[in-house]
Amino acid sequence: MADPRNAEPLPLPPFALLITGAALTVASHTLWLPYWVDAAAAALLIWRAIASIRGAALPARWLLILLTFGGAVGVFFSYRTIMGRDPGVTMLVLLLFLKLLETRARRDVFVVAFLVYFVALANFFYSQSIPIAGLMLLTVLVTTTALVGFSAPQRPVLEDLKTAGRMLAQAGPVMLLLFFLFPRVQGPLWGMPQDAYSGVNGLSDTMSPGSISSLSLSDAIAFRVKFETELPPRTRLYWRGPVLSDFDGRTWRVGLPQLRRNMSVEAAGSPADYEVTLEPHNRNWMFALEMPTRIPPNARLTSEYLVISPTPIRSRMRYEMRSYPQFQAPSGANPEDLAQALGLPRGVNPRARTLASEWRESLPDNAAIVRRAVEFFRGSRFEYTLQPPLLGENSVDEFLFDAKQGFCEHFASSFVFLMRAAGVPARVVTGYQGGDTNPVDGYMVVRQADAHAWAEVWLAGGGWTRVDPTAAAIPVRVELGITAAAPAGQSLLMRTNLNWLKGLRNNWEALTNQWNQWVLGYNPDRQREMLAWLGVRQPNWETMTLMLFWSVAGVLLLTGLWLLRGIRRGDAVQRAWLRFCDKLAREGLARARAEGPLDYASRVARTLPASEDSARAIAALYVDQRYGPDPDARSIARLKRLVREFSP
Amino acid sequence: MKLDRVLQYSQAYNFFQWVFGKHAPEPGVVFLSQRRVYILPTRHGLIFGVALILMLIGSINYNLSLGYVLTFLLAGLGIVSILHTFRNLAHLYVSAGRVAPVFAGDTAQFELVLENKSDFDRHSLDLTCRGTKVSCNAPAHQHCSVVIPVKAGKRGWLQLERVTVDTRFPLGMMRAWSYVQPDMRALVYPRPDSAPLPPAHAEADAGDSVSSGAGTDDFAGLRPYQTSDSPHHVAWKSSARSELLLTKLFAGRTASELWFDWDSLPAGMLTEARLARLARWVVLAEERSLRYGLKLPGVNVPLGEGFPHRDRCLKELALYHG
Repeated sequence: MADPRNAEPLPLPPFALLITGAALTVASHTLWLPYWVDAAAAALLIWRAIASIRGAALPARWLLILLTFGGAVGVFFSYRTIMGRDPGVTMLVLLLFLKLLETRARRDVFVVAFLVYFVALANFFYSQSIPIAGLMLLTVLVTTTALVGFSAPQRPVLEDLKTAGRMLAQAGPVMLLLFFLFPRVQGPLWGMPQDAYSGVNGLSDTMSPGSISSLSLSDAIAFRVKFETELPPRTRLYWRGPVLSDFDGRTWRVGLPQLRRNMSVEAAGSPADYEVTLEPHNRNWMFALEMPTRIPPNARLTSEYLVISPTPIRSRMRYEMRSYPQFQAPSGANPEDLAQALGLPRGVNPRARTLASEWRESLPDNAAIVRRAVEFFRGSRFEYTLQPPLLGENSVDEFLFDAKQGFCEHFASSFVFLMRAAGVPARVVTGYQGGDTNPVDGYMVVRQADAHAWAEVWLAGGGWTRVDPTAAAIPVRVELGITAAAPAGQSLLMRTNLNWLKGLRNNWEALTNQWNQWVLGYNPDRQREMLAWLGVRQPNWETMTLMLFWSVAGVLLLTGLWLLRGIRRGDAVQRAWLRFCDKLAREGLARARAEGPLDYASRVARTLPASEDSARAIAALYVDQRYGPDPDARSIARLKRLVREFSP
Repeated sequence: MKLDRVLQYSQAYNFFQWVFGKHAPEPGVVFLSQRRVYILPTRHGLIFGVALILMLIGSINYNLSLGYVLTFLLAGLGIVSILHTFRNLAHLYVSAGRVAPVFAGDTAQFELVLENKSDFDRHSLDLTCRGTKVSCNAPAHQHCSVVIPVKAGKRGWLQLERVTVDTRFPLGMMRAWSYVQPDMRALVYPRPDSAPLPPAHAEADAGDSVSSGAGTDDFAGLRPYQTSDSPHHVAWKSSARSELLLTKLFAGRTASELWFDWDSLPAGMLTEARLARLARWVVLAEERSLRYGLKLPGVNVPLGEGFPHRDRCLKELALYHG
C-alpha cells in the first residue's frame, strides 16, 4: 500500500518526543547493559538527533544492515549466546536505536513506538518498583503524545500532550478492570531461559567465609512479616533457612534433607501466628520462625525442620505459619543424621582439634562441652567485622587463635567444628536474625543484611538445641541488631540514625509493601480471594470472561457518552427540520435541492392536503428559529413536538 | 418499501449500498450520522494488537504484574482510541461549496465545506476522491473548506464522484471513514484549439447586416468610457483634458462584430473539433474586447461582450448535443 503520507517528511516536534520516549525506556536498562551497548545506543541517538536537526541524510540501508549484524555479533561475544532473556533485551535495545536511524516515514514511526513499548515491558524483568513504574508511565505518555503528534501535524505539542493524557486517563479504568478480572494463569507457560532469575539474591545452599558478610551489605528486603499474635522478643527472632551439615574444611553445604511426616516440636510458652510475604529468591526454602508447627498446605517440612516449597519461589509469595519461639526439637536425629552431624575433613585445623579433645577428656557430658565452648567464645575477645582478614587452609584455627576477627559465618563455622571435633553432633543453620517493625503499617521487615548463621547441637535430653556463638561473643548483634553490632565506619547502607530519614524510609517502605501486596502480588490466588469477596464463589473462565466483557463494555459506554457529550449541541432546530424532511422523503416527497422551507411546505400542502396545517406550521417555525433571532427553549420544544407528531 | 426503511438503520446495509450500489448525489447539507461512519483498525492497529498479545504472553510467562499493567493500559488506549477516532468524524456536516467552470483537460476545483458544530476540535480529516487526497482541520463551531482537485476530461457537466472522508486521529491505529456524494457539478468547456481568429469579413458576410457599425481601422470620434471598453481604446490624451474617461471610436470595413457560426466551418470537421474551434474564437474575441455572437444548430446566442456573455457562449458549447 503506497500511502502518500509515507512520503511526507516527518514533523520535528513529535519526532523529538519519539526520541525522548526511546531514551526514557532505555534509561534504566543502561544500568545493566554491557558498556559498549550503552555507548552504541547513545551514539546512535545523537547521530539521529543531529540528522534531524540539520536535515542531513540518514545512513544507507547497507550500512544499517552492517551495523545490525555487528550488534548481533557483539551481543554474542558479550553473552556467549544470543538466546535467553538478557541477550534478547540487549538486541531489542540495539534494534530500537537502529530503527530510529532508519525512520523516514510514518510507518517507521509505528515500528519505533512498538519497540519502545516492548523495551518498556522488558524493564520489568529487572525491577517492578514504583519509580520504574512511574518512569514507564512517563515513557508511554511521551510516546503516545508522539503518535498523536504524527497523526495531527502542525498542532501544538501541548495540545497533543493533553489529548494523550486524556486518552491514558480514559484507558485507566479499562486497565484496572482487565488487571483485576482478566483470568490469571500462573506462569511460566513454558521453560524459562536459564538466566531468567539471575538477578535475585539471598541465602544460598553453601556457606564459606565471606558469603554472609557480603549479603550484609545489601539493604534489599528478604521478606516481610505481619504478626497476628504478640511480637516475640528480638533475641528469639531466628528465621530458619537452609541447614548445612557437610563441611570440606572451607565450605559448608546442605546435606541430603529428607521429607518427614511427623516432625515433632515440644512447645513451651505461647505460639506466634504470622503471615510472611516472601520476596522471590529462586530457591525452594520458605523462612519460618524457629520452630514452625503449622505450615502452609502445599509446603513440606524436612528432617532438618526446614519448610520447603515444591517449586522454586520465583514470584512474591504469601503464606501463614504458626511457630513456637520457645521449643524443644527432638525429631530428626536418627543414626544417619547424627553420623552426618559428626563428620569432619581430615588433617585441617589441628589446634582446634586439640582444644576440642581437651574438652572431651576433661568434661563429663555433651551439655558441659557446649557450655564450655560458649564460655570460650564469650571470653576470647572476638571482634565483629564486615571485613574479616583472609583466611588460609586452616581457617578455623586462624580465626579462633590468630585473627579473632570475623562475621557470623566464622563464629558458627568454628563453633560447629569444635563441637564435632569434641564428638558432639552439631550443624550450621543459616537464616535471618531480627527484623525491624515499620511503625507506619506494622509490618516487620527482614532484610538481606539481617542474614545470620548459627549452630545447632544435639543434646540427649533436649533434642536439637540452638546455640548462637555470635550472640555469645558479640551479644549486641542479637539484642540490638546488626546496625549496633557492626563497628562505626563500616557503613551499612541506609542504616542511619537520622530520625527524619528513618521516618521517610518507613513511609516509603510501607507504600512499597502495599504496592507489593496489591499490584505485584496480585496472582491467581489473590484473584480468587477478590472474586470470592465480590460474591463469585467458584469462578471459571466463562463467568470471568463474561464479567470482564460486561464491565469493560459498561466502562466504555460511559467513556463514550462522556466523549460525545458535546457532539451535537446547538442544532436541535436543524435536527428537527431534518427529521421532518426525512419523514416526508419516505413518502416520496423529498425536498428538492434548491427548495426553500416555505416553498417545500406549500408543495407538501398541495400534495397532502391532510397535513397542510402542520407542515406549514413546522416550516414557519423552522424559518423563524433558523433565520430569526436566537430562539427560546419553548419554541424549540414546540417545533420538536410538532415534528414528532407529524405523520404524513 | 417497508424493508428498505428498516435496513436504512443498518450500518452494514448502508455500507454495501455505498460500495456496490449506485448512490444518488445528496442535495444540501450532508450529515455524517453515526449510521454512516464506519470504523476499522488500520494495518498499524492490527500490528499493535499482535504486539499486545506478545506482551501479554511475556507477562504471563514471567509472572510480571507490571507487565500486565502495561499491556492492559496499552490495550485500554487502543480501545479508547476507537471512540476518539469515531468522535473525530461522526456528526460532521458536509456541504457543497463553489466550483468554477474549467476547460477540458484542466483541473476542476471542487470546494467542500465541512462544518463542525460540536464543542471539540476535529483534526486531520482527509477527503479522497479518485485517488486525490486533501486534508483539513475543523476547529469547534467552525467551518473549514477544502478544495478537491479533479481532472476534467470531457466537456459537459462533471459530477463530483463519491468522496471518502476519513480520519486516523488521534493514534493512527483506527480509521473511521464515511462516503459522501454532495450534489455538485462543474461545467467543463470544450478545450480551445490553437486557431487564430477568423478574418472579420468572412463573418461579416455570413452575419447580419449590422456589420457597418464600429470597427477598429479609422478613427471616428470619442464617446464616454463604458466598463466593457478595452483599455487599448481609451483616449488617454483627450481624457486628460476632459472630466471624463473617453473611448476612441473607429469605423471601417473590418467590423469588430463577429459571428461564430457552426455552419461556416469546413464541412469535414468533426463535432468536437468544431466546438474546440468555436471555443477558441470565443476566448480570443473576449480577450480583444470584441462583440461577438454564436450560432449552433438550434442555438443562437445574440451579439454581446463581457465575461457573462463569454461564459454563456462557452456553456452552450459545453452542453451542445449534436
